[in-house]
Amino acid sequence: MNSEKIIEIENLSKQFKDLKAVNKLNLNVYKGDVFGFLGPNGAGKSTTIRMLVSLIAPTEGSIKIFGKTLKQHRTEILGNIGAIVEKPDFYGYLSAFTNLEILGKISGKEISKNRIMEVLELVGLDKRYKSKVKTFSHGMKQRLGLAQALLHDPELIVLDEPTTGLDPQGMKEIRDLIIYLSKEKQKTVFISTHILYEVELVANRMIIINKGSAKVEGSVEELLSTNNVRVTFEVDNQEKTTSLINNTAWINKLDTTVNGKFIFNLSPEEVPLLNKYLVQNDIMVAAVVPTRSLEEYFLSITQKASE
Amino acid sequence: MIKLINIELYKIFKKWRTYIGFIAIAILIPVIEFALRIEGQRTLDFMTRELQQSFLFVGNLLNTYFVSYLILNSLTIHIPFLITLVAGDLLAGEATAGTYRLLLTRPVSRMEIVSSKFIAAIIYTFLLILWLAVLSLGLGYILLGTGELMVSRNDTIMVFAQNDILWRFILAYGFAVLSMSVVASIAFLFSALVENAIGPIITTMAIIIIFIIISAINVDIFQNIRPYLFTSYMGTWSMFFDKPLDTYEITKATLIMIGHIAGLFGLASYIFYKKDILT
Repeated sequence: MNSEKIIEIENLSKQFKDLKAVNKLNLNVYKGDVFGFLGPNGAGKSTTIRMLVSLIAPTEGSIKIFGKTLKQHRTEILGNIGAIVEKPDFYGYLSAFTNLEILGKISGKEISKNRIMEVLELVGLDKRYKSKVKTFSHGMKQRLGLAQALLHDPELIVLDEPTTGLDPQGMKEIRDLIIYLSKEKQKTVFISTHILYEVELVANRMIIINKGSAKVEGSVEELLSTNNVRVTFEVDNQEKTTSLINNTAWINKLDTTVNGKFIFNLSPEEVPLLNKYLVQNDIMVAAVVPTRSLEEYFLSITQKASE
Repeated sequence: MIKLINIELYKIFKKWRTYIGFIAIAILIPVIEFALRIEGQRTLDFMTRELQQSFLFVGNLLNTYFVSYLILNSLTIHIPFLITLVAGDLLAGEATAGTYRLLLTRPVSRMEIVSSKFIAAIIYTFLLILWLAVLSLGLGYILLGTGELMVSRNDTIMVFAQNDILWRFILAYGFAVLSMSVVASIAFLFSALVENAIGPIITTMAIIIIFIIISAINVDIFQNIRPYLFTSYMGTWSMFFDKPLDTYEITKATLIMIGHIAGLFGLASYIFYKKDILT
């Protein structure tokens, strides 16, 4: 892990009248991190991100980005951040190209037409560059959101729920792009989401917040490896599978069956063992899908804390 | 800053609602001028009905200047609505569309953004009045020709020679830009306050209508309020058709209008600077 801090948040709080949206939050993001910022809806993720990109002012605390205080170096810092904040909204009456052209002009760098086409191609919108954004689907707007965030080649990319509303193919493409930006372009990515699975796939470090405060922070590998995974097994013969596992200890691991699918609570090591056991007993396993939900993980974290 | 102003003007003129004002004027002016071409002589006769017993009127008095003067009279009623359509949308429209998040996460200060939008609103106001002036005087010239200008000022009929008219119109339209800029500033202030463009339009129009009514009704209690209402000075453009010019009153009205614009812009900037962007 690189020791250079890109984001340093100290005792950050935001009070909206009677609501404390963020409460003394501390976190550090290091250079090259893909940092997962997790929390259920209403946890304070978007409020934190809005403070991070200077859309709202903190009530207390400090934010340092690239080693500089955001309040004092706002313009300089924003010149090196690309962000999607909540849903991607654009000037619907303008084309995708014109939207990016306008944003490029105020990005603090010279953005050529070629560069605009390059990012549009990267997100798969190069063939629709002339189309007005109001004709775009949500997924296309989300991609355009990514394009505007990457347009000026920033060092830090802040993505607020970037896969919301996308189909599975779109979600995968966004995740692949995040991995590409991190691995190939050495960008630091701060990604907020309420989908734990997404963080597992792309992030190396993460924090979970709830009610505005941090509950757990650390490396994704360490934090998630200690926990059971909810795994759905899709098999060809449900009756045989039921009788097979009824006679073994696996029955204790079975959580439920839904539409002929078997959902188990397993440790990561147990997943291949169960798969092997089924296959060796002539059960055809069509799919093994991990479905650990943030809520369950979050509950396990808070339960551990109270023990 | 110039780059930002250009972007704001580009966005303004890419929106359909921007052209409503220009189209409305393009329809209104020909209708008025055609109507006056047909019926205008009756208006003139009514204005001069007492004088005609003692004087003989010669020449083309129903001309482009006379019609343009009449059209300018309608300024305080119609044009503000067209101005607020655009000025009220400048900040609130970004909030409604969610594009604040795009704009304010760029390396540009909020002061630069609010200033560029305000300047764009003033440029739009200027262009709308310029369009009114060009169409009013230009179409009038084609339809009605030129001549001396005869206007009624404080129960007195004033007649201006042809070579003494144009500069008065230029200054009158200039003052119209100033007074309409106050309207734009009010709409802009409300636009900074709310997240929906309809609010600033309705609120600004309500303020103008209330102020105009208070300015127009001759009741003692309103006499003391009038000097503090900007609407009381909106008709100052007509003072450019006095002989001699009341430079003290014109300067006072000009400074009051500029003061309003500066004050309203200052307040809008402060609100925008402090605003938490939650849309």
